[in-house]
Amino acid sequence: MDVNSLSPMIPTSPLSMINQIKFEDEPDLKDLFITVDEPESHVTTIETFITYRIITKTSRGEFDSSEFEVRRRYQDFLWLKGKLEEAHPTLIIPPLPEKFIVKGMVERFNDDFIETRRKALHKFLNRIADHPTLTFNEDFKVFLTAQAWELSSHKKQGPGLLSRMGQTVRAVASSMRGVKNRPEEFMDMNNFIETFSQKINLIDKISQRIYKEEREYFEEMKEYGPIHILWSASEEDLVDSLKGVASCIDKCCKATEKRMSGLSETLLPVVHEYVLYSEMLMGVMKRRDQIQAELDSKVEALTYKKADTELLTEEIGKLEDKVECANNALKADWERWKQNMQNDIKSAFTDMAEENISYYEQCLATWESFLTSQTDLHLEETSEEK
Amino acid sequence: MTENNFWLKKIEISVSEAEKRTGRNAMNMQETYTAYLIETRSVEHTDGQSVLTDSLWRRYSEFEVLRNYLLVYYPHVVVPPLPEKRAEFVWHKLSADNMDPDFVERRRIGLENFLLRVASHPILCRDKIFYLFLTQEGNWKETVNETGFQLKADSRLKALNATFRVKNPDKRFTELKHYSDELQSVISHLLRVRARVADRLYGVYKVHGNYGRVFSEWSAIEKEMGDGLQSAGHHMDVYASSIDDILEDEEHYADQLKEYLFYAEALSPRAVCRKHELMQYDLEMAAQDLASKKQQCEELATGTVRTFSLKGMTTKLFGQETPEQREARIKVLEEQINEGEQQLKSKNLEGREFVKKAWADIERFKEQKNRDLKEALISYAVMHISMCKKGIQVWTNAKECFSKM
Repeated sequence: MDVNSLSPMIPTSPLSMINQIKFEDEPDLKDLFITVDEPESHVTTIETFITYRIITKTSRGEFDSSEFEVRRRYQDFLWLKGKLEEAHPTLIIPPLPEKFIVKGMVERFNDDFIETRRKALHKFLNRIADHPTLTFNEDFKVFLTAQAWELSSHKKQGPGLLSRMGQTVRAVASSMRGVKNRPEEFMDMNNFIETFSQKINLIDKISQRIYKEEREYFEEMKEYGPIHILWSASEEDLVDSLKGVASCIDKCCKATEKRMSGLSETLLPVVHEYVLYSEMLMGVMKRRDQIQAELDSKVEALTYKKADTELLTEEIGKLEDKVECANNALKADWERWKQNMQNDIKSAFTDMAEENISYYEQCLATWESFLTSQTDLHLEETSEEK
Repeated sequence: MTENNFWLKKIEISVSEAEKRTGRNAMNMQETYTAYLIETRSVEHTDGQSVLTDSLWRRYSEFEVLRNYLLVYYPHVVVPPLPEKRAEFVWHKLSADNMDPDFVERRRIGLENFLLRVASHPILCRDKIFYLFLTQEGNWKETVNETGFQLKADSRLKALNATFRVKNPDKRFTELKHYSDELQSVISHLLRVRARVADRLYGVYKVHGNYGRVFSEWSAIEKEMGDGLQSAGHHMDVYASSIDDILEDEEHYADQLKEYLFYAEALSPRAVCRKHELMQYDLEMAAQDLASKKQQCEELATGTVRTFSLKGMTTKLFGQETPEQREARIKVLEEQINEGEQQLKSKNLEGREFVKKAWADIERFKEQKNRDLKEALISYAVMHISMCKKGIQVWTNAKECFSKM
């Protein structure tokens, strides 16, 4: 899909934006449902890799069937992302999970890693499905529906390697130019992105650190409870109290485990996704600047009458349209992205707070019941003595 | 106030202050130490008002002298322990420095506790040296040394490595020894793990504090989310700083356990059990000695030599002794046997007295221990309840802020 043809779905008014937000919150308006599951290991003579099963259910007319099942590997996702970026250089494409994680990884096929990746890939495809423009992308459709050999041959079409390389060289050269003439609203956007990126990265590190500290606390607590049981073996009169304390500690230990898994399911993946998003956003800004730079260099050429003025003016006209489309696409998508980000962050942190509340409530109940049992006992004993 | 009156009135003892001091030590070198103010008040029965009667300053080493004195003079008593000399079972944030104000504060409480325990012990509270410790600032050390307690101390009590083969120890003491070993081992283990748990808990709380700073910086670029982020960040700071008080309270709990760790040490190798072992050993040695003397006497009287003796050998080599010589020897032995029997009788009596007194104090100690530990465990639960309630409050506030974003 060429960026010059405006899709009627790009929102340009606040009203259509509201409609579009509703579109995501109400699943009954969705007509494309995607799940990513069942990671499977494949071993060939050359390499070992994992494929994921992708099931698509849809009621859309342009799909040949209402249900599809395919298997894809990480490389295929990378290809899809590249195609989307190519087709929509100034739209905010959802991020893919990283290729490798440098720290703390022993092997690529560690279970936790695969599960984390699977969830992120699931999120990736669903975000595309929910995007008003990207959801109708042709490559996306092929990705969801084509059999393995069909996909391979489809991949071979499109701009060749050389032209792609040429693009990259031009990009690096012209991106600086685009920065100089950047309109103010994009300057603001860029500043926001820079600060946001910094902060979200810090939050990611802090959240990972909290998880680590909670894990180590949990490990120590596991050892702490049983010592009280050991002690109770040599204390006739303190058996109840000691066993009671041991049981409380064990219950709190279990509650900690639950809290940890809550953290790793809700907060950590969301924060991490936005770390990747922030990198994504910087890329989008660069591409927008590039498009603008193309225009600027032609305008410059016209000023110095370097080439045929008529041809240049025509080219400039086309480029001005291109820049306007790109800017509008980004502006709209930006608003949409910000709204999503706010909702996602809000819900992730609210969940984290809820996990903590539930943790403390559980522990409180345990200790309170121990205390009541002890004071009841005491009352019994003192009344017996009387 | 005379010593007699002292014990008629109800008294209150407190270690109310601690002060850093410098002075010169025995080798005339400058040193820094902490002195503690001990205040004694007598409480009038009629109106319950307390009047300050004595106040003086003592340092830790003087407390040690007092305790050593009590150990020597009351071997059948489970003497209360002093707070630790050096900080042990520390977790990383807690200082191991003796001059650290938190350590000094906890030691002050420990010393007060020691004095209160001695004052409430039915036997120890009557001791004159203890009374003087509370009332006579100067010369106290000289007075204690004059009692000569260091000499009276049975050096064998200190020789921890020496083993005495005791044939018939009182079974209860053997059990007590086992119990005190187990208690020491389990409490040490508990304290070690508790310190590690405290460390980890500290980490969890403090890292949340970092959210506060970052949220605040982030809120600067957000329009709608800004306020929510900012106030949530504030609650994260509150959460992070709440751990300091929580762990300080827990440290008091650890000190209560430590007191019984040190009590366990007082039970076994050094004091009560050991003393009993030594008495029993002396008794058995005396009995053995007596038995051998009796046998010797018998042999001389009947003329049969059943055991090897130097006298027997020399007699064989240098000729028999005269009947007069033999009579003389028998008489000496008979005297020694008499003496020996008297001694054995009194040693036996002594031994039984000791066992009776010691066991009475051990029973008293056991009840005290059960009461104290039960209370400590309950207070531990109370601490945790308070911690959970604080946690619920902070996170509820934070959740509200997040949901308003």
